Amino acid sequence: MSAAIAVRGAVKTYGDVRALGGVDLEIQPGEFFGLLGPNGAGKTTLISALAGLVRLSEGRIAVMGLDVVDDYRVARRMLGVVPQELVFDPFFTVREMLRLQSGYFGLGRNDDWIDELLANLDLTRKADANMRQLSGGMKRRVLVAQALVHRPPVIVLDEPTAGVDVELRQGLWAFVRKLNEQGHTIVLTTHYLEEAQTLCNRIAMLKAGRVVALDDTANLLRAVDGHTLRVKVEGVLPADLGGAPPERDGDWWVFSSEDYGQLAERLVRLRSAGVQISEFEVGQPDLEKVFVDVMRRAG
Amino acid sequence: MTPESFAAFRALLYKEFLRFWKVSFQTLGAPVLSTVLYLMIFSHVLQAHVTVYGAIEYTAFLVPGLVMMAVLQNAFANSSSSLIQSKITGNIVFVLLTPISYREFYLAYVVASVLRGVAVGLGVWLASLFFVLVLPTSPLWVVVFTIMGGAILGSLGVIAGIWAEKFDQLAGFQNFLIMPLTMLAGVFYSVHSLPSFWYGVSHFNPFFYMIDGFRYGFFGVSDVSPWLSLAIVSVFLGLLAALTLRMLASGYKLRG
Repeated sequence: MSAAIAVRGAVKTYGDVRALGGVDLEIQPGEFFGLLGPNGAGKTTLISALAGLVRLSEGRIAVMGLDVVDDYRVARRMLGVVPQELVFDPFFTVREMLRLQSGYFGLGRNDDWIDELLANLDLTRKADANMRQLSGGMKRRVLVAQALVHRPPVIVLDEPTAGVDVELRQGLWAFVRKLNEQGHTIVLTTHYLEEAQTLCNRIAMLKAGRVVALDDTANLLRAVDGHTLRVKVEGVLPADLGGAPPERDGDWWVFSSEDYGQLAERLVRLRSAGVQISEFEVGQPDLEKVFVDVMRRAG
Repeated sequence: MTPESFAAFRALLYKEFLRFWKVSFQTLGAPVLSTVLYLMIFSHVLQAHVTVYGAIEYTAFLVPGLVMMAVLQNAFANSSSSLIQSKITGNIVFVLLTPISYREFYLAYVVASVLRGVAVGLGVWLASLFFVLVLPTSPLWVVVFTIMGGAILGSLGVIAGIWAEKFDQLAGFQNFLIMPLTMLAGVFYSVHSLPSFWYGVSHFNPFFYMIDGFRYGFFGVSDVSPWLSLAIVSVFLGLLAALTLRMLASGYKLRG
């Protein structure tokens, strides 16, 4: 079976600026894939090249085995892109936009699916409203609907929750998760790393146009020393509790470890040493720490 | 064209049609009014003083020229304004993400431009009936030059809309190229009434042949043979279409 997305040696230069410096990436069908990186890392350039909005200087990209340049007609039918910018056409209503977008994909009668999309994205009441009358969140939902009118197997969401309220964000993720469960491949770029951590089963991190990390989300999280036990104690902390000494953070003592077992052992030792613990917190490793570590190591 | 690509072309054409139809007061009504004002003023001032081609009253002579001017200017305005608005607001991406080819893209924009040009031209002609009855003697010439003239200006509109990055660049294209070429193409006069230098210069203006050929369809007389006009207009359209298609195929200013 062809990869949902296969990127081979993707290079994009703008004059002296190298936006993509030789990206190789393969995303399998059904994955929920995160594409992360700081501003200017090349995420949007890569997505634009995938969508045919940008032409690579070198390299090739295929969607479901179809080259995005040579087989662009079929490749674009396989792909739905939710752009980062909140763009809309002020001349049309929501339903008109979705009908037109269906037409661009050669779909004449698509109202049943359009109705389903409107219902799933809570847009039914706004179907006949002009795009200008919608709030930012509503416009964002329409962008999602537009990307899905032709039922693409691969869906790319370029920072879809930027500036979106919590309710819409949760509704959007529930819908996207459902699509993923139905077999759609999802590629997500976001600056909200907790979203990527929760949703994506695999993540690539880009910096300066190169992939600097690519692994399962769980493996990336395991690679950092991210489990922490924070305790507030009455009195003095005994000198020897085994393992690495804790760090001081205001009134708190912070023990770090690669796994919870070692931290549980520290807790037992504290209790056996008769230390009175007034408060404690357990912290999990998070993608933000991984991201910061990876970016620092990448130089 | 496959059925799917034809459906895509039709959808884009429909969108371009709706775009001007939904604001028809501005895109159809306003140009009809301003062109009819030309007719009122010029015919009032010059009717008693000028006859053209021997026996044609000036007001009658003016009508086909003004109709064609309206066709040309509005065909240009349609594709150019649609493209620059879509580029500036970013919604051009909705079309660029789809399987629509550059040929279908070109065709949809140009056909929509012709439709708007025809709608305004028809409106001007209908309004002119209040002043003078001018009926085509050879309707086929009228139809041919309307479509070709609209297609030429629609193509120029696509070029300008893609090239321009700001509205004032587009206004420059319109005010310093399209408007002079239209005004100096014999809308208001026969080139035979010009001094010999300007008479010669007029023959290098392709817009002159569009208007002259169109006028032939109404009166059966024109400054040059309609066949010569047809040949020049056809070559000009062919060259412009080739240039526009090349721009679109290369992704110039549309696909980075």
